[in-house]
Amino acid sequence: MILVLLLIITLVGGLVAWAISRWNKNACRWLSLIFLFADLAALVILSVRYAGNVGERWFEFVKWSWIPQLGASFELGADGLSLLFLWLTVLLGIFAIISSSGEIQHRVGFFHFNLMLVLVGIIGVFTALDLFLFYFFWELMLVPMYFLISIWGHENRVYAAIKFFIFTQAGGLFMLASILALYFINGHASGIYTFDYEQLLNAPLTASAAIWVMLGFFVGFAVKLPVVPIHTWLPDAHTEAPTAGSVILAGLLLKTGAYGLLRFVLPLFAGAARDIAPAAMILAVVGIVYGAVLAFAQRDIKRLVAYTSISHLGFVLLGIFAGNMFALQGAVIIILAHGLSTGGLFILAGAIQERIHTRDMDKMGGLWATVPRMGGVAMFLALASLGLPGLGNFVGEFLVLLGAWQVSPALTVIASTGFIFSAIYSLWLIQKIFHGPAKQDMQIPDLGIREMAVMCLIMAGIILLGVYPQPMLDSAKPTLKAIQLKFVSAAEKTDVTQ
Amino acid sequence: MSPNDLITILPLLVLAGGIVLIMLVLTVLRNHALTMVLAVLTLAIATATLPVSPSIQSRQITPLLVFDSYAMLYMIMVFGAAIVVCVLSYGYMSGRQNIKEEFYILILMAALGCGVIVAASHFVSFFLGLELLSVSLYVLVAYLRAQPIHIEAGIKYLIPAATSVAFLLMGAAFIYAYCGSMNFSEIVFSPAYASTARSPLLLVGIAMVVVGIGFKLALVPFHLWTPDVYEGAPAPVAGFIATASKGAIFALLLRYFTVVNIYDCRSLFVVFVILAIITMFFGNLLALLQNNVKRILAYSSIAHMGYLLTALLAGGKWAAVAVTLYLLTYFVTTLGAFGVITILSSKEKDFDMLDNYRGLVFQHPVLVAVFTGFLLSLAGIPLTAGFIGKFYIFSANVDASMWLLLAALVINSVIGLFYYLRIIVTLYKPTEEPQAALVSQFRPAPSFSFAGGLVLAMLMLFLLWIGVYPSPFIDLVRDMVSGLI
Repeated sequence: MILVLLLIITLVGGLVAWAISRWNKNACRWLSLIFLFADLAALVILSVRYAGNVGERWFEFVKWSWIPQLGASFELGADGLSLLFLWLTVLLGIFAIISSSGEIQHRVGFFHFNLMLVLVGIIGVFTALDLFLFYFFWELMLVPMYFLISIWGHENRVYAAIKFFIFTQAGGLFMLASILALYFINGHASGIYTFDYEQLLNAPLTASAAIWVMLGFFVGFAVKLPVVPIHTWLPDAHTEAPTAGSVILAGLLLKTGAYGLLRFVLPLFAGAARDIAPAAMILAVVGIVYGAVLAFAQRDIKRLVAYTSISHLGFVLLGIFAGNMFALQGAVIIILAHGLSTGGLFILAGAIQERIHTRDMDKMGGLWATVPRMGGVAMFLALASLGLPGLGNFVGEFLVLLGAWQVSPALTVIASTGFIFSAIYSLWLIQKIFHGPAKQDMQIPDLGIREMAVMCLIMAGIILLGVYPQPMLDSAKPTLKAIQLKFVSAAEKTDVTQ
Repeated sequence: MSPNDLITILPLLVLAGGIVLIMLVLTVLRNHALTMVLAVLTLAIATATLPVSPSIQSRQITPLLVFDSYAMLYMIMVFGAAIVVCVLSYGYMSGRQNIKEEFYILILMAALGCGVIVAASHFVSFFLGLELLSVSLYVLVAYLRAQPIHIEAGIKYLIPAATSVAFLLMGAAFIYAYCGSMNFSEIVFSPAYASTARSPLLLVGIAMVVVGIGFKLALVPFHLWTPDVYEGAPAPVAGFIATASKGAIFALLLRYFTVVNIYDCRSLFVVFVILAIITMFFGNLLALLQNNVKRILAYSSIAHMGYLLTALLAGGKWAAVAVTLYLLTYFVTTLGAFGVITILSSKEKDFDMLDNYRGLVFQHPVLVAVFTGFLLSLAGIPLTAGFIGKFYIFSANVDASMWLLLAALVINSVIGLFYYLRIIVTLYKPTEEPQAALVSQFRPAPSFSFAGGLVLAMLMLFLLWIGVYPSPFIDLVRDMVSGLI
């Protein structure tokens, strides 16, 4: 029930904010925040309930009839893994709203409505246990995100928005075809036509069918993640989106791809996933190196951060398809830490652009003297991004490499060069913006209380993930364990047949 | 003909009677509003006399017409579309110099033609319905004859349509020569048709009928008239051509497609697969090149017919439900889209150039929000009716393992997105003029009428209802078409 409440609070919040914006812009911002804090309260209750319910597969579960003719129901469930993603969603939602209050000045109500609607879609994706419902939420994320980019974005926003929409929609349609294939294969075999996740887990798939159906899902999630050959929408979308949009895109939308791989691809098609694991891991390593090299070549701050995302999410993909416990846990920690650190970097980039009206790093320099607080925060986030021990990203990437080593030492060695590259581009970012001679004489205000509050929370989160990740690891563990067991047993089956 | 038969075909009789009545009223009293109300009332009564119930027995009335729940459902859809078009036309026509009242009579006649087509079981009744529909549409397209563009569109519609009817008749003659019947069911089950070694002349006959139907449905390569006619026709009439006229013919096609097992006739199957694929691709690719919203919608309607054909070819128990449900959502969406254009149109020229839509959101925020909804539905995005329709089309194809058609569907859905998004982007793009100036000179849309606004709101409501909670509609469609399978 709380999960439904979570969706309703967010949706109603968006509608109320839109309605109220006719009279007062600031009231609209505060209202959205209040509703998200209500979400936060709901999450606290959920976490308490989770702590008391360890051992059950879904500690929170609702199932209502929706379209019985199709076998689609309104079915939501949360386990420890979803809980982590939900926390990330609500926190980043709050950060996005706080950080956008300076930038967004026109059509404020519609902006907040779209922002809240994206969050509804994301919360739905992280909790849906019916594949029809999942697809419904999956697509629900797109339209408001498209509006966020195309209405409030920067110079080249229309191009970026359309590219984003078409890439993700194309991926989504492949996934839809796969969902339907799975639905009919299961229906023909068992006579029960249903989109229910638990029932489809036991769908009798032949190996050849499984690989095709799995590929449809994989393409859908890989576009979002993004995996390298189909990543080209990402730099454009992240760069052109308004700050809040970039935060949501990098922090949450990309994570829905990773979540999809963990929740659907590995459990539903363990054998087929195992078959393509080497290829997926190679793509992951290519992404790590390619993203990092291209990040170094950028002059636009937001574009640089966007390419670092490709690199970091390469580690996530590597971890997921390495498939052992270390690697899976590492992937989850990276997802959380990257959400926070990249969110922070985009907020920072937005703050800089708001002050000096450019994102071009060649036109910056020597900013540290003018805005020391901003410099300090940027330094911290850059260090987090390059994987400094003691901060969240390090824990995640270390675990992924540890796990991947057991599968393929060669790929792990190449992947670990990502650490070197990330040091180069992160320090380069700091050097270009904050050090060196000042390019122009600028008198700009430093981060205010509002922005510092957000940054402090983000930094605290990253440190927590870095020094005491155990609660998060424990929360995700039962689910990851189940995934890993399926993955291993699939391997044994193929060994026997060989 | 027994009295019971007369009661069964009451809807068509009411419609015909209403037409005569309005003509008589017009001899004494010419009043625009009154005529519109009478036309809507006639359609409403005709709809109300349809015994809507899945348990209704299929009744053959004379060899010409068959009344079953399937025909009822399509009549409801067609009459509903006619009501919407009548109401939208009121705001569109009022304030013009023309004679306005006959417009509604023609719409009623066209609706009657559609009603006959969906119940037709014989080439003769099909032809009667088709001519009733076509002749009314020739006049409707060219109704605002003060402007040359409407006359041009009328001629462009007349010539291909008349030619296609000639093809249809010649084809019917060939088929009659070989099967000895003009009754569809008898043809389908006749030994000459069922035998695998079909004579070439029969195949030529079938091909000519396909050409005739292809013209009406605007399948590629018989589509050339569509964009010009949509562009030149008054916006509400274009909406009627896109929905009721195409829907009725598709209904007839579906009825006999489900009876014939098309897989047995390999050549015919291949022809339809090719038609479906090129229709989708040409429709969508050509839509990309347009700068006129009515032309974009014309090409998009061509593509949608292609999507429908794929489901038709998939066959199986999903096909009939999928096609009908898709047509239902397509009716709601397309009527809505043309409705918005209608309301925005000035008396001098229809509001159809894409450039004019730029920044429209600042002048008509509500209309733009509604228009966005309809466009997203055409693109098949969830929360809208279009998604449910597209979902069923996908399902039908997956169920029948038609992977080639499914791949074409996926690719085309993505291409389709591109031009729908292009319109949406334009709607929200700021204009060069300062926005404050635009907001201050707010004025209602040129062809707005209260009734028209109400109808659009209803369509929007249906759009969301089908999109979010489609269960009742799926049940309805499934029950009503169950007689076919």
